[in-house]
Amino acid sequence: MFVDTPSKQRVAESPAGPARQRRRSAVKAVGLLAALALLVLVATASIAVGAKPLTMGQVWHGLFADTGTYGDVVVGERLSRTVLGLLAGAALGLSGAVLQALTRNPLADPGLLGINAGASAAVVTAITFFGVTSIGGYVWFAFAGAMLVGALVWFLGGSRGATPVRLALAGMAIAAALQGYLQAMMILDEAALGRMRFWTVGSLSSASWSSIGQVLPFMVTGTFLALALARPLNAMEMGDDTARALGAHLNRTRALSMLAATLLCGAATAACGPIVFVGLMVPHVVRSFTGPDLRWILPYATVLSPVLLLGADVIGRVVVRPSELQVGVVTAVIGGPLFIFLVRRRRTAQL
Amino acid sequence: MTTPKTTRQPVLRIGGRLSLRIRVRSVAVVLLLAVVALASAVVLIGTGDFPISFADVLSVLLGSGHPADELIVRELRLPRVLVGLLVGGAFGLAGALFQAVSRNPLGSPDILGLGQGATAGALTMIVLFSGSATAVTAGALVGGLVTGTAIYVLAWKRGVHGYRLVLVGIGVSAVMTAVNSYLITKADMVDAARAVVWMTGSLNGRDWTQVWPLLALCAVLVPLALANERGLRMTEMGDDASYALGVRVERLRLVLLACAVLLASAATAAAGPVAFVALTAPQLARRLTRSPGPNLVPSMVMGAALLIVADVLSQRAFGSDQLPVGVVTGALGGVYLLWLLVTERKAGRV
Repeated sequence: MFVDTPSKQRVAESPAGPARQRRRSAVKAVGLLAALALLVLVATASIAVGAKPLTMGQVWHGLFADTGTYGDVVVGERLSRTVLGLLAGAALGLSGAVLQALTRNPLADPGLLGINAGASAAVVTAITFFGVTSIGGYVWFAFAGAMLVGALVWFLGGSRGATPVRLALAGMAIAAALQGYLQAMMILDEAALGRMRFWTVGSLSSASWSSIGQVLPFMVTGTFLALALARPLNAMEMGDDTARALGAHLNRTRALSMLAATLLCGAATAACGPIVFVGLMVPHVVRSFTGPDLRWILPYATVLSPVLLLGADVIGRVVVRPSELQVGVVTAVIGGPLFIFLVRRRRTAQL
Repeated sequence: MTTPKTTRQPVLRIGGRLSLRIRVRSVAVVLLLAVVALASAVVLIGTGDFPISFADVLSVLLGSGHPADELIVRELRLPRVLVGLLVGGAFGLAGALFQAVSRNPLGSPDILGLGQGATAGALTMIVLFSGSATAVTAGALVGGLVTGTAIYVLAWKRGVHGYRLVLVGIGVSAVMTAVNSYLITKADMVDAARAVVWMTGSLNGRDWTQVWPLLALCAVLVPLALANERGLRMTEMGDDASYALGVRVERLRLVLLACAVLLASAATAAAGPVAFVALTAPQLARRLTRSPGPNLVPSMVMGAALLIVADVLSQRAFGSDQLPVGVVTGALGGVYLLWLLVTERKAGRV
């Protein structure tokens, strides 16, 4: 235990260690820039590709020299959709990364913790009992539902003494109970069915600047909160006892993480419906090249998740032209096989 | 410190070589649940727009009833109740098998995506082909079997391990859920309404054509599963120990998973993916019998009792055929899981 490092070795190691670490950090920083460039590329594609394809020149014209030509109008229409994709993608990826770190569970995603189900149940309630018909009206209900279920999962999971297993079980149980309610409402009320079936599939096509404006504050708050939690969550990855010894406030970190994840995921779900796999997938992929340090995982997830979401949306617009495949379907069809591949390739269940 | 209580357990000896230990509590639980299931079945037969009293139902079933009652019971309500009993039993047994093989209390067919796979098959028939009831049943069966095979093959890597099976199943389940939501957006309103009722799980309008195939399948698969229960109990000690004890673990898993997939697919095809029966029946059975091991027979009887009681509740609470049984099992199952969570936490077990 108390064996000292031989002095020769100490001299040899001390300059090399930090240097190597700095080099590794530099590589990761460059990688992050490359990811940002990729994001810009995909966002441009998202504006250019569709039932009416545009050239790069037309996209540029529409974005920076809008004179109301036909191309400019198309750009304007697709811009809100692209912005929503960017925001929702980042929110979903970040909330997934936080939830996975919090529950120390590689399966944790908004669906598993019942947050999607809470939002869905609230939306169906809004349609059936309050006669809400506009997207702008759902947003608040979806949000309230997600928050309520987030809090409920938190308390049932044991609040102060929450463990990963308990949180996941509480989420599953609530999701299942709400699913019964959701189906009952959809069977009894045709209007609810008519609207819910388009909402539950998860789509960006209903994007509008007003709905973006409504969810934006929550997403921004959630993003900053989540990024600020990287350090304490890093400590908690080492196990509760070690984290406590390292000076992390376990309960405060858990509560804040849950809050950040619910804000992000609730806002994203409210705006585009439940989209699975983005929050589950991206942190897995990111972790494979950043390692377990959340100070890298979280920024990478924030940048790469919208790449996945927008990429999926573009693919959905191309494959069944002139109709389109909803983004929720595409992310699941892409994400599912990739997820299974990861499960097979790696030693599973390890973060 | 208390000395460990030694209870003398009855043992059934057949000849000199074979002996079976009988757990009195398990036997009592199975009998009790069977009585509950059958009594509820009689109540269910009597429930509907034309109520029939308990005694009248019994006399019809024993072959000496009023001709008018006889028609209603024999042709309309008895097949529905039989489908309910068989589907519940099949779900309970399939759930117990899956949970034992995956060694995970959440490893039930509904979580592993079998329900979703069967639903995708059924929805394809409903939405793309506006198929008949028979076509929908066939579609669901094919969907479930294909999904089950896919999960097994994808989870295979020098053997099937519990965690990988569950993870792969969750992945498949998410893909299938997305496919199902897409199919529902493609449907017109009438088909969409039909699809949602089917997805919830319902016993409405089931007749003899559903009973016979299900009964035949159960007659083959239930004994096969029960015959392998001994080996399955061994695998709880870990793969290495069970190999050493002479259990061919992978072959056993393949046989039992095939049984479970067939049972769950057939049950789903007959009644839709009734939520939570496969997940909760084994858990409830285990708690009632307080017996370790897979508890296959108690789980099966518990599944049947659960489904029939839930159907009685849905008929009594919401009026006949207003809401399908899946709504009740979903709500009750969720509440049960929450209750479990709270009590287990108090006992410090989770």
